[in-house]
Amino acid sequence: MLSIRNIVKEYAKHRALDDVSMEIERGTIFGLLGPNGAGKTSLIRIINQITAPDSGEIYFNGEKLNQNHISKIGYLPEERGLYKKMEIGEQMLYLARLKGLSRADATARIKYWFEKMEMQSWWKKKVEDLSKGMQQKVQFVATVLHEPELIILDEPFSGFDPVNAEVIKNEILELNQKGSTIIFSTHRMESVEELCKHIALIHKSHKILDGSVKSIKNSYRNNTFHIGVNQSIEQFNLQTADVLATKTNDDEGVTHTLKLKDGYGANALLQELIPLTELNYLQEVIPSINEIFIKTVKE
Amino acid sequence: MNKVFLIIQREYLSRVKKKSFLILTFLVPSLFIGMYAAIFFIYKNSDNTAKKFNVIDESGIFEGRFKNQSNVTFNYSKDSYELAKKDARNHKDLFILYIAKDFKQTGNVEVIAEKKPGISLLSDIENQMEDIQRTDKLLAAGIDTAVLNNAKAKININAKQLTDEGEKDASIGATYVVGFLSAFLIYLSLFIYGAQVMRGIIEEKTSRIVEVIVSSVKPFQLMLGKILGIGAVGLTQFLLWIILSTGISTIGANAFMNQREIKIEQKDTKNNNKIEVTPEKGGVAKQFFKAADTINFPFIIGTFLFYFLGGYLLYSALFAAVGSAVDNETETQQFMFPITLPLIFTFILGMNVIVNNPDSNLSFWLSIIPFTSPIAMMIRIPFGVPAWQLALSIVLLVGGFIFTTWVASRIYRVGILMHGKKITYKELAKWFTYKE
Repeated sequence: MLSIRNIVKEYAKHRALDDVSMEIERGTIFGLLGPNGAGKTSLIRIINQITAPDSGEIYFNGEKLNQNHISKIGYLPEERGLYKKMEIGEQMLYLARLKGLSRADATARIKYWFEKMEMQSWWKKKVEDLSKGMQQKVQFVATVLHEPELIILDEPFSGFDPVNAEVIKNEILELNQKGSTIIFSTHRMESVEELCKHIALIHKSHKILDGSVKSIKNSYRNNTFHIGVNQSIEQFNLQTADVLATKTNDDEGVTHTLKLKDGYGANALLQELIPLTELNYLQEVIPSINEIFIKTVKE
Repeated sequence: MNKVFLIIQREYLSRVKKKSFLILTFLVPSLFIGMYAAIFFIYKNSDNTAKKFNVIDESGIFEGRFKNQSNVTFNYSKDSYELAKKDARNHKDLFILYIAKDFKQTGNVEVIAEKKPGISLLSDIENQMEDIQRTDKLLAAGIDTAVLNNAKAKININAKQLTDEGEKDASIGATYVVGFLSAFLIYLSLFIYGAQVMRGIIEEKTSRIVEVIVSSVKPFQLMLGKILGIGAVGLTQFLLWIILSTGISTIGANAFMNQREIKIEQKDTKNNNKIEVTPEKGGVAKQFFKAADTINFPFIIGTFLFYFLGGYLLYSALFAAVGSAVDNETETQQFMFPITLPLIFTFILGMNVIVNNPDSNLSFWLSIIPFTSPIAMMIRIPFGVPAWQLALSIVLLVGGFIFTTWVASRIYRVGILMHGKKITYKELAKWFTYKE
């Protein structure tokens, strides 16, 4: 769907993107992650053809990115706004027509979305009369109105209350099911785990991580387990694992964090533990995306 | 191009629909008409009633020697001073001109009347009396009457302009007014509409809609659409002004002229004495229109619209660049100065130098350089400008606005996405050199 190849973007003295490449598959929800100032927005602006890269290329459906693709992309920027004095309906119509829709098409689709999002009565209202959350809703609808193949959402949930955030999340999933590919840039890691199938992590202008959420999580497994036991096992010198941490809790006994030694598996650990103590549970530690994010950024 | 048109449409409609546009559209022509009306009102009420003077000349020098004017007649009476005073109280339009016996020594003359005599009336009598005395003295010195009469020369300068259609009365006054007015309008409108472009861009930037829009259109298209849309608003306003002003003032002037002629006729029949009022007074109004007729209005309006558009495109691009570089209007100050300087400079020079010397070297250069030509050329045009100079100025102005638009667009595309940073000239130069 979208192939980003060796993108370099430089500002006066600062290199915002350094040889960044990634492949975004059709129909996926792609999480573009990175700390502030990493270069996410620069990359998104290049995909939207707001700015051009110094070198490197982007292919959209196998074609080199060009002006014809603008109408196939919907972009919700992080810093977003609307004309304050313009009526909502008229404003939507304007934005949709700028994306190349005819007046009739745009009107029909706005009506459809207004009904869907329960905002029929907003048509004649001005933006300044709406709450922040309502404005965000309008903005989201304006982004997807022209049924883009690729939807780029930069922090889509900021400014929404939990109820409306849920509404928007469901809309995103629905759009994805209908075939839209979604690039999703955010700091909110829990929504990344909930929504994204693939992620890429950009840090200090470089892409440092890329892949499906599952495989990344797997690659960050490091044979660490939590076990719950009645009594501490620290006095035993385990053959199969090292004790990394111990937590004693009066009611529930003791929790250990163990790391397997090379050459041993979970079964070997269990076999060693069972004779020693009463085992309540054993659970592999799988890092959350948040932990992976913090870990890789700190490295 | 379709998208630029959409942007133009939005910019245009959102402004034309505003109340302030409507108010301004009707306010300005009414001001013009008010001005016209005021001028006519002053003419109308100027003192043109017939005045009678009873001259009591105890010195005997001026007996029978005052010349009747169009609306002033002189009678000579032998009444006593006291009697004349009483008479004056009874007749409202009667003035007593009392010349005492000892006039030669004191030079004192009194005008006694119910009404206050006007200054022009008094100075006219003063002139006549001085004239008479001078003649007396010269005659006493032995100068021949024939020589004296010959020495009185009347001079009346009649400026004529040579054109293709032959000689034309060159009405310097009207030329000056038309030049001044059109230059002033351009000067004013460049500021008004340029500032509108700037404010519009700042609004888009601070409301953060700009990033949404530039994901649909190129920044250059957005800038161009805004400039053209607001320019169209300006043109609409001017066209409405021209139509309204000429329409209403023609109707008004016609009605006024007819009314005046009827009045004069009435007066003549009533008084039944032949006072030559019509040619003099009706003449002023006619002269005014005759002078206006010598000016080629279609040509001036045409060039005016061109120089407004050209100047507007040139300057609004610069205003656009400034708007894109700042976060709010208070920050624009530092960048505004170099933009407004050439405008103010030309306007001041125009009022002082170009008007007095429309063909000087300075006037020529000011009307050729694109940054100053919209104002300078408008002052020169009513005086007549060689075709090659006009052509050169037009070509350079077109080149000029293409150049400023290009420069501005390079700053604009970077500026609109920058927030929360105080921008310096150095920074602007850096943006200019950025690649796409």
